[in-house]
Amino acid sequence: MTGLGMLIPIALFLGLLGLAAFFWALRDGQFDDSEGAAVRILIDEE
Amino acid sequence: MATQPVLLEEARVKAKESLFAVPGIHCAGCLSKIENGLPLTPGILSARVNMSAKRVAISHDPALTPPDLKAAIVALGFDAEPLADPGQDVAAAEGRALVRALAVAGFAAMNIMLLSVSIWSGAEGATRTMFHWLSALIALPTVAYAGQPFFRSAWAALRQGRTNMDVPISIGVLLTTAMSLFETISGGEHAWFDGAVMLLFFLLAGRCLDSMMRGRARAGVAALLKQTAPGALVLDEHGRSQWLAASGLRPGMRMLVAAGERLAADGRVVEGESGIDLAFLTGESAPVRVGAGDAVQAGAMNIEGPITVEVTAAGADTVIADIARLMEEAGQGKSRYVQIADRAARYYAPCVHLLAALSFAGWMIAGTGAHQALLIAVAVLLITCPCALGLAVPAAQIVACGALMRRGVLVKDGSALERLAEVSEALFDKTGTLTLGRPVPQGIDRLGNEDQAILLALARASRHPLSSALRMELESRQVVPAALNHIREVPGEGLFAEHEGLSVALARPRSIVSLFGLASEYRRGDHSTLLRFSDALRPDAAETLVALRAMGLRTLIASGDRTEALEEIARTTGTTAIGHLRPADKLALIGRLHARGDKVLMVGDGLNDGPALAAGHASMAPASASDASQLTADAVFLGDRLAPVAVTLRAARRTISVVKQNFVLAIGYNVLAVPLAVAGQVTPLVAAIAMSTSSLIVIANALRLRRAAL
Repeated sequence: MTGLGMLIPIALFLGLLGLAAFFWALRDGQFDDSEGAAVRILIDEE
Repeated sequence: MATQPVLLEEARVKAKESLFAVPGIHCAGCLSKIENGLPLTPGILSARVNMSAKRVAISHDPALTPPDLKAAIVALGFDAEPLADPGQDVAAAEGRALVRALAVAGFAAMNIMLLSVSIWSGAEGATRTMFHWLSALIALPTVAYAGQPFFRSAWAALRQGRTNMDVPISIGVLLTTAMSLFETISGGEHAWFDGAVMLLFFLLAGRCLDSMMRGRARAGVAALLKQTAPGALVLDEHGRSQWLAASGLRPGMRMLVAAGERLAADGRVVEGESGIDLAFLTGESAPVRVGAGDAVQAGAMNIEGPITVEVTAAGADTVIADIARLMEEAGQGKSRYVQIADRAARYYAPCVHLLAALSFAGWMIAGTGAHQALLIAVAVLLITCPCALGLAVPAAQIVACGALMRRGVLVKDGSALERLAEVSEALFDKTGTLTLGRPVPQGIDRLGNEDQAILLALARASRHPLSSALRMELESRQVVPAALNHIREVPGEGLFAEHEGLSVALARPRSIVSLFGLASEYRRGDHSTLLRFSDALRPDAAETLVALRAMGLRTLIASGDRTEALEEIARTTGTTAIGHLRPADKLALIGRLHARGDKVLMVGDGLNDGPALAAGHASMAPASASDASQLTADAVFLGDRLAPVAVTLRAARRTISVVKQNFVLAIGYNVLAVPLAVAGQVTPLVAAIAMSTSSLIVIANALRLRRAAL
């Protein structure tokens, strides 16, 4: 029981962290140009 | 080093952001060429390409005007058109809100399911109560947040005394949550938080698919936006010129319009002579000659030389704005169209609510007590919640639209697909729709290789439509341009150059040989050859019309052209053609067909087809069409072929039949599950399994549409 009392909050916290990261990425515009992101990796930076 | 931060600070304060549509971006090379090349122009601070939207955002010194920036992009080898201030993109913001709601619902559904699984595997007493409370803690904020799109739409429908799909969804979710909360507080055995949140998750997935599909089609069309100019160079009384935005233009002002620029307002030419491209208004590919005193319209492209234009009407008073208003009015009927899912909900919702109420009453009469009877009624509502309507319809539509997009057809939204499936008569415009809408040179084969090489070199030097047509034709024949000296363009006359000491030219014909049709003259030394141009029929126009008739549609050609010009096309395609139709006449024609009970598909391109496109039950436009037409049309097709029209109609019909199959599947599932629910045998576990299997089945059925456009 005490184990559950620890593990459930930890699991929820990690889940919320993932959700927050997704929200941040969405606000940051990381999903605005999926095609561009795919080809940008091919560009050599000098 | 000490001064650098100050400079940066200054730059940031002064920088201005401008958006350009650059349809030519298609690979990593283009992207890096633009992003690295533009900042080399003095005044441009940075450029950022959005490849999905085919747009470039340029951060620059405010002293640079849109024409300067455009020239900078053109110098890199890309066509560019300034985009007016995009303002708040309402639809994109809505889509993002849906994705956020979906993420929250997904997070909550997974966590609650984790807790529910332990309850189902036998957690009891204090543990079960704690898990129920934890579930409630996650579910209540989630329902309040992620349920909003449904609650809002249901409330809007109820206030107008209507019902739609969101009404049973909202009632089901809210009642289930409230009942589960009551069970949790009273320490009951079952809580349905997992069911309520999972339902929201599935339905939001459907909504997100729908909004993504619309967003993709919109981005595709917006990339081609090119009609109205964002502003003009205005001359003040001292003869100085200043860039003014289109909204700042007033009648009486004089604007300078350079060759290759679009007019930002209606006006009268006061100085200069040029040819202007009015294709957006008339659909005619030949430029119209204008001189002092002639009227010109906003949106027209000045092709040859610089002209000074006195503004007679700006903003909302221009011809183009007038047509836009006509289109808006004509399009209102379409917005009243009720989608198939909402039509089904009209019958479905009352049945479901009646069934829940009956089971409540039945169990009350049987003497189980209000509590037990209410629990059973809630289980009935949850089981019958219209997952199939909310998820299966958008799933089928997005799969079909994806298949069509691969074939070069952009369908705007699901309702468009439904209306396309219903049409019974197809009405075609001629110029630009059945024909390519651009001049194609005839008899190029008669010229020798050397002549073709010289012609290409000449044609490349000009942006005149006939030169562009020649260039496209010759480049497609892999001709290598010859080396020329002293190339010069004389506005209104042609191109002149020297080739190996011999003077060559591509010019206006010296003799009026043909009254109808376009021609250009190629001279080399003493020889001269007349090049004829004609607007060719799309390569598969005749077959497509035959295919449409084979599908049971009637076909008709409605054109603004002279009747004589229609004869040949009517004969080739075997279709009745009506000529001399003005925009209002086309509108009236569609009105008559509607009154007769026909559902009309309008296929057109010019702005003169705009009102007809808006009034038709469904409409399609080629990607070469005017902006306004592309924005109004339900679907836009790319390429030179007409076959996509038939492909789209066929795919739309298949989509509707799959949607109907999904309804049958959903009803079949209800026939099996509802008796269980009414009998009081549905536990949260049964509800969760039933809900996910039924969703998976309808999605799997929708995926069969992946090959709908073959």
